[in-house]
Amino acid sequence: MEVLYFAWVRERIGLPKERIETGAETVADLVKDLCAREERYAAAFADLTALRVALDQELSSFDAPLAGVREVAFFPPMTGG
Amino acid sequence: MRIIVQDAPFDPGEELNSFVAATKGAGAVVTFTGLVRDIASGDLDVMEIEHYPGMTESALNSIATEAQSRWALADVLVIHRYGRLYPQDPIMMVATASRHRKAAFEAAEFLMDYLKSRAPFWKKEITKDGSDWVASKDEDEDVLKRW
Repeated sequence: MEVLYFAWVRERIGLPKERIETGAETVADLVKDLCAREERYAAAFADLTALRVALDQELSSFDAPLAGVREVAFFPPMTGG
Repeated sequence: MRIIVQDAPFDPGEELNSFVAATKGAGAVVTFTGLVRDIASGDLDVMEIEHYPGMTESALNSIATEAQSRWALADVLVIHRYGRLYPQDPIMMVATASRHRKAAFEAAEFLMDYLKSRAPFWKKEITKDGSDWVASKDEDEDVLKRW
């Protein structure tokens, strides 16, 4: 699946998007997988309450299942307007 | 209904005129224009706005569609910029048209409340000393409960 990062999440991880092969069943499992890879992921995902997640461009939650999802995006709370 | 997401500047006056000209049967038009506000120290150089292409348009569409289902609106306009902006630049604008003013006022406030925390934009303030991402405020989330 495609994993996208925005704002300071993108800066901490150091890239805007990447293709990830994962057997993770939920968003939280995917976060665990990523954190185990490298320190920069652990730094970006240190506080999940400061993060939001979208699945296929719809706001979702960290306990949501990933079955059938093509695009996951992680970002801080939005500041539009 | 028109939803516009662009990096180019826009002229709120021109947009209002064309919105009014295209609106049939309305007795009230309400607009809100958000500007790049300088920071307290007064030395903001640039505001960079990042967004999530694709999700931005669909989020704005669903917010505007929800407004249309709650109020009897003749028309809705949402414009939001991204990219590099400077102090006083218009960032975004909403316009609502309805038969009477109450629906237009309420719908414009609803759109603004939802745009703040449900449209995927992120603002970064850049000064000569460095840069900071603008943090969301708890009240931006709380205010949604009134709708």
